Amino acid sequence: MKILAILAVLVLALAAPFVVYPVFLMKALCFALFACAFNLLVGYVGLLSFGHACFFGGASYVTAHAVKVWGWPTEIGILAGAGAAMVMGTVFGALAIRRQGIYFAMVTLALAQMVYFFALQAPFTGGEDGIQSVPRRPLLGFISIADNVTLYFFVLAICIAGFLLIYRTIYSPFGQVLKAIRENEPRAISLGYDVDRYKLLAFILSATLAGLAGGTKAIVFGLASLTDVQWQMSGEVVLMSLIGGIGTVAGPVVGAFVIVTMQNYLAETGEWVLVIQGVIFVIMVLLFRRGVVGEILAWWSRHGARATGPAKPSAAPAE
Amino acid sequence: MWLKLTLASLVALGATLGNAQAQISDDVVKIGVLNDQASLYADLTGQGSVIAARLAAEDFGGKVLGKPIEIVFADHQNKPDVGSTVANRWIDVEKVDAIADVPTSSVALAVQEITKNKNRMLLISGAASSALTSDKCSPTGIHWTYDTWALANGTGKATVLAGGDSWFFLTADYAFGHALEKDTTDVVKANGGKVLGVVRHPLNSSDFSSFLLQAQASKAKIIGLANAGTDTTNSIKQAAEFGIVKGGQNLAGLLVFLNDVHALGLDVAQGLMLTEAFYWDLTDETRAWTKRFTQRHKQHPNMIHAGVYGAVTHYLKAIQAAGTDEAKAVAAKMKELPVDDFFTKGGRVREDGRTIRDMYLFQVKKPAESKGPWDYYKLVRTIPAAEAFRPIEQGNCPFAKKS
Repeated sequence: MKILAILAVLVLALAAPFVVYPVFLMKALCFALFACAFNLLVGYVGLLSFGHACFFGGASYVTAHAVKVWGWPTEIGILAGAGAAMVMGTVFGALAIRRQGIYFAMVTLALAQMVYFFALQAPFTGGEDGIQSVPRRPLLGFISIADNVTLYFFVLAICIAGFLLIYRTIYSPFGQVLKAIRENEPRAISLGYDVDRYKLLAFILSATLAGLAGGTKAIVFGLASLTDVQWQMSGEVVLMSLIGGIGTVAGPVVGAFVIVTMQNYLAETGEWVLVIQGVIFVIMVLLFRRGVVGEILAWWSRHGARATGPAKPSAAPAE
Repeated sequence: MWLKLTLASLVALGATLGNAQAQISDDVVKIGVLNDQASLYADLTGQGSVIAARLAAEDFGGKVLGKPIEIVFADHQNKPDVGSTVANRWIDVEKVDAIADVPTSSVALAVQEITKNKNRMLLISGAASSALTSDKCSPTGIHWTYDTWALANGTGKATVLAGGDSWFFLTADYAFGHALEKDTTDVVKANGGKVLGVVRHPLNSSDFSSFLLQAQASKAKIIGLANAGTDTTNSIKQAAEFGIVKGGQNLAGLLVFLNDVHALGLDVAQGLMLTEAFYWDLTDETRAWTKRFTQRHKQHPNMIHAGVYGAVTHYLKAIQAAGTDEAKAVAAKMKELPVDDFFTKGGRVREDGRTIRDMYLFQVKKPAESKGPWDYYKLVRTIPAAEAFRPIEQGNCPFAKKS
């Protein structure tokens, strides 16, 4: 059943660029990876970061600069972006994980704002203009990605690799410890786990993957701009995860596609996009607290339980 | 292996699709008006530009070479990434042949790059940066209405010659602000003035107090406002609250539009010098056009709106003359044909994409001089086309220099 679903999604993903506009798909994929990286932290460690835009946007600047000004190849440029996000994640993570809850969110927000103002003022980022017309250099020196469809498959490969890494992390012993920390941190400590080290590792992983998404986005659009480091972007990724379902593997992907589709196809309505987004957000929080995917999973497990007779109650929803 | 083959065949397919070009691609001439629909430049561009483009299409008969003309529009939110997403989608999916208006220089520069690579026309009316026709110029980009050089040359020179020889700049921190500041600095220095300092504020600010206090402390005679839209009106209003003008310093709004003056009111705006390419109350023709425009739009038109009309009309004329809507051929025709419309007489489009026309130096009337709403300007001087714009050889546009 599960394998069938995955295969269906894969076929869909391979066929999609011939039906839907590839640039739109690539944008959605980049945000999906970004949201998944964010979800790794909030859904599985219980740390709500409100500054993930700095890794996403910071990496897009590094990639754009490396490819455009230093003339690095595309794949090295993206890796450089992810690497920069990893370094930032290490420093910011080490500072932020000392606090929990709202304080953690505030520390990450403050650090992200520092990156934002740095990006606004530093000469290499181009201020409000951003870094424009980043070239799409051939992959490995010979595969041209000037064509959107070709680039789409490259982006798809990056994102699938990212998703697999996240999936592997969640279902590894390491991931089990993370979930234990989420459920009851003092107990994890008393069991002898070095909680801070686990949290920091998860933070770095999340930041690096967010950077991978940001660097890829810079190549797709040939542009790195302030939009990606602004705090609104941090909020948007929270929204994507919430709509899809925090603490579910596929949730953030669904959430990212919903939000990006709305932004794309409602663009003609101008400011109304934000109003509609707000209304959806309120409805989700009031009625579907587990998110789209979370609700489907809960419905599934309820019905599964009924079929096998009165068994144990369904799993508690992720907080 | 098969993946590579499929990819190769896909690329080949894309290439053949791209080359299949009739006289009029896709049997429609589609013009996309890309501007700010809701934020700080919405009054200056926004729906007004869309209406101007529609008027131009209607006046042309709604058809060119027997094919219908269609006008679409979108909001770029003054963000280069949003603007380039829309531009790419328009060209790749929705078969847009030309993009018009594009205020906010950072967005215009991004879109200029896209239209250059994808061979589509870009008819810029809203953006100001003179970089659009210098090192960032494009063979298919026409900068129609005005630019920062022309504004600096008009307003900056007049102010220095009137005795305002020490300047302090309040600059919007993006491509347009930087270009306006640089061009004005050059003009001020060339005319014997000096620049005491600069402070830069983010786009779409609401609080200018710290910037204005720095400007006040500089003791410069003139505070040059290298910003636009509500940034300009807000800084002028807040300067009044700080008593800057009463303290003996003067403001020079380097890019002030009729709508800004309307928003400020004559009490605040009186005496301001400004350079524009168009004013509704100049000739019978401009008044007649304005009447038609105001029937559909609640505000009076400014030079950006008039420029969109002019640029779209000239574009359609060029398609008619060239017999195709292929961008390079149309651009060549646009540069060949003389520009003549309701507000431009004897203009022309230069090799680097700059449209040359007379510019006007206006002064905002005192409340007592104004006969009614929208009667705001008096003409101080007509700047002849030959001296209104940057000479082509100073622009260093790569392909224009060769010719």
